[in-house]
Amino acid sequence: MENFASLLHGFGVALTTYHVALMVVGVLLGILVGVLPGLGAPNGVSLLLPLTFTMDPVSAIILLTSMYWGALFGGSTTSILFNIPGEPSSVATTFDGYPMAKQGNAAEALTLAFLSAGFGALVGVILITVLSGWVAKFALRFSSPEYFAVYFLAFASFVGLGGTSPFKTVVSMGLGFAFAAVGMDTVSGGLRLTFGLNELLSGISFLIAVIGLFGIGELMLTMEEGLRFDGIRARVRLRDVVRTIGTMPRYWVALLRSSVIGCWMGITPGGPTAASFMSYGLAKRLSRRKEAFGKGEPEGVVAPETADHAAGSSAILPMLALGVPGSATAAVMMGGLMIWGLNPGPMLFIERPDFVWGLIASMYLGNMVAVLVVLTTIPLFASILRIPFAIIGPIIVIVCFIGAYTVAGRSFDLWLALAFGLAGYLFKKLDYPIAPLVLAMVLGDKAEDAFRQSMIMSKGSLSIFWSNGLVATLISLGLVLAFWPLLSMVLARLTRPKTTSATA
Amino acid sequence: MIKKTSWLVATALTVVFGAAAQADWKPAKPVEFIVTSSPGGGTDNFARMVQSIIAKHKLMEQSVVVTNKGGGSGAEGFVYTKVAAGDPHKLTFGTNNAYLLPYVAKLAYKPSELTPVAAMALDEFVLWVNGNSPYKDAKSFIEAAKAKPETLKIGGSQSKDTDQTLTSLIEEATGTKFIYVPFQGGGAAGVQLAGGHIDGNTNNPNENAGQWKAGAVTPLCVFSPTRLQGGAKVTATMGWSDIPTCKEAGIPIEQFQMPRTVWLPGGVPQEAAEFYADLLKKVSETPEWKEYIERTSQTNRFLAGEELKRFIAEDDVKTSKVFEREGWIVR
Repeated sequence: MENFASLLHGFGVALTTYHVALMVVGVLLGILVGVLPGLGAPNGVSLLLPLTFTMDPVSAIILLTSMYWGALFGGSTTSILFNIPGEPSSVATTFDGYPMAKQGNAAEALTLAFLSAGFGALVGVILITVLSGWVAKFALRFSSPEYFAVYFLAFASFVGLGGTSPFKTVVSMGLGFAFAAVGMDTVSGGLRLTFGLNELLSGISFLIAVIGLFGIGELMLTMEEGLRFDGIRARVRLRDVVRTIGTMPRYWVALLRSSVIGCWMGITPGGPTAASFMSYGLAKRLSRRKEAFGKGEPEGVVAPETADHAAGSSAILPMLALGVPGSATAAVMMGGLMIWGLNPGPMLFIERPDFVWGLIASMYLGNMVAVLVVLTTIPLFASILRIPFAIIGPIIVIVCFIGAYTVAGRSFDLWLALAFGLAGYLFKKLDYPIAPLVLAMVLGDKAEDAFRQSMIMSKGSLSIFWSNGLVATLISLGLVLAFWPLLSMVLARLTRPKTTSATA
Repeated sequence: MIKKTSWLVATALTVVFGAAAQADWKPAKPVEFIVTSSPGGGTDNFARMVQSIIAKHKLMEQSVVVTNKGGGSGAEGFVYTKVAAGDPHKLTFGTNNAYLLPYVAKLAYKPSELTPVAAMALDEFVLWVNGNSPYKDAKSFIEAAKAKPETLKIGGSQSKDTDQTLTSLIEEATGTKFIYVPFQGGGAAGVQLAGGHIDGNTNNPNENAGQWKAGAVTPLCVFSPTRLQGGAKVTATMGWSDIPTCKEAGIPIEQFQMPRTVWLPGGVPQEAAEFYADLLKKVSETPEWKEYIERTSQTNRFLAGEELKRFIAEDDVKTSKVFEREGWIVR
């Protein structure tokens, strides 16, 4: 109950005309940077950071977090419209969002994405409000073996998902692990797979790979297929948006399940990317319409978006309470906190309750503002698809390359993006799934670090993964998921003779 | 009397002309601050602090652009600086990694290809244990490590970097053996200690301050020749100045500190290096800088010119000895 009193006080702090105006400005700026791939939330927040030095910390964090929400929504927009995810966590949204847009249902896909994102974020914030003390303590129980178990769970929930052969999935995932290994290794301090190239010292940015694999690769396919978007004839009216809002309750199971996954991954802290992939994987597995997934199934948009935002907002809590940033954007914001003279950590809640609860209240308001702003602008975004390909195609190419350049300001990355574009085209042609590669690239090095740290701690004994209830549950669950396709095959073989003998 | 006057005049003249010589060079376009860590890291905070002070006090006419090049433990930024040889509009922020990294990894730059400008602060190292741990002082911690070698786990930031170097120094000085676990950064090592997953860490004061206030971790000793400044209590019973030095506490290590350094590319005019040294000196005299130093419990020490070169040479010799012993040096 104490928390609610603090929250009301927080609303008092956040609900001033000035702060609400800052939220609107932040969300709009965020959408702008989110729509440009490569610019993304971390870069946007870094660019804005110097402007906030003279501001009061509460106003500054409201502006920055609002920009973060805006960028997340902007990222989903490009995922759906152009198959270019703006943020790692919106990759899973492209699987069904882009096919929906191609079929002419762009407005429906965008509305579903924004609404489920808003729902997920709201659940995440409510969780923070209710459980702030307990959650911070729970996150402390996570060490390297637990982290590895969480990442393993994310990989496992993805195995055997695609309609393609498991062999191709493994190849794709293996390539992803190799790309993730490039650069300096945390555990040994040595350089790996850089081939003496200075440009590879910092590794291969995930964003470059995604811009190439999805953005440029997709453009090549479109060119081959006749230079047009299939969505051009789609008419988008505000009425479609309103109609889609009415269909939302239909997805209540997916919404709830994905919120739970998202919150769990946000706190633990597996992060939004793992959450969205895992949520998509489970949604497909548990759905009665498995076949429709990947071809424009609305639930395939709802599930990853909800989990992404639930994780994104609940991940703010470990950042505030423990000083561990869950994402690149959170790391930039933490740098900001220190410059404003605040020390993230357990004492922040006690020393600066006005700041913490002002921020939490602003998360409620900021997300509502963001949902309202993006919903009203959907017809505008979707009308982009009506522009002839001869005009929009080159613009997308330019945006892709600008995005690739802004990641680190290196021309080498442009060639890399082009190479990934070719790879993406080949993957599609040869029917290799891209998603496992992307997942391995994002989580691969983290999983590897966690595994090797565990091995150092246990002096090489695998028993550390069963050393307490938490990690044992996680890893066992992961193993079951990973071998589920195999298990179900074996079970089917075992049960079939019985049924035949029964009928006979 | 005459002699003394002429000496004074001479000094006055040198000062005036010296100042005039420095004023000769000024940045002609925006200056790029290259940060050799990712956003949010200690070096990032350091550079952005300098940026905000320059902007607030209008210490420079040209504007400042900050870029993060933290790949390869900062090597990315230093290689970038080396390639920019002769460009005096690129100021690179780092630690002692500037001259130590090339020992442990095969990199495309040598420390001699960078121009040292200044060291602005010394970051301290403290030996920490979990708040509920049975070890109340450095002695009992070391005794426990001696009794059971290779069981106590010390966590730190990265591999073959300052934390692991210090762990190796402790092992050598006390005849113990720990398990060193490298994490992505000091923040992660702090949380792992607070959660009781490792037995100790050697974080900088700033990295563990929040956890200490909350009672999740306890400091045992600081690797500084004198105790830390700051009389105010952090917890109910202790403040920064109540932490004994490690020498007092029985670990015979006189001093282990990390300088926060600033560099220019090689081949830049001497006047440019002097201009920036002068600028950073002005930064270090502002109240905001003092507040930053105090808040992060670092030691305020400004080094430039010959003094800086001597410091770097000494630190280099001392640390490379450890690298040699551990067999970390790549050739």
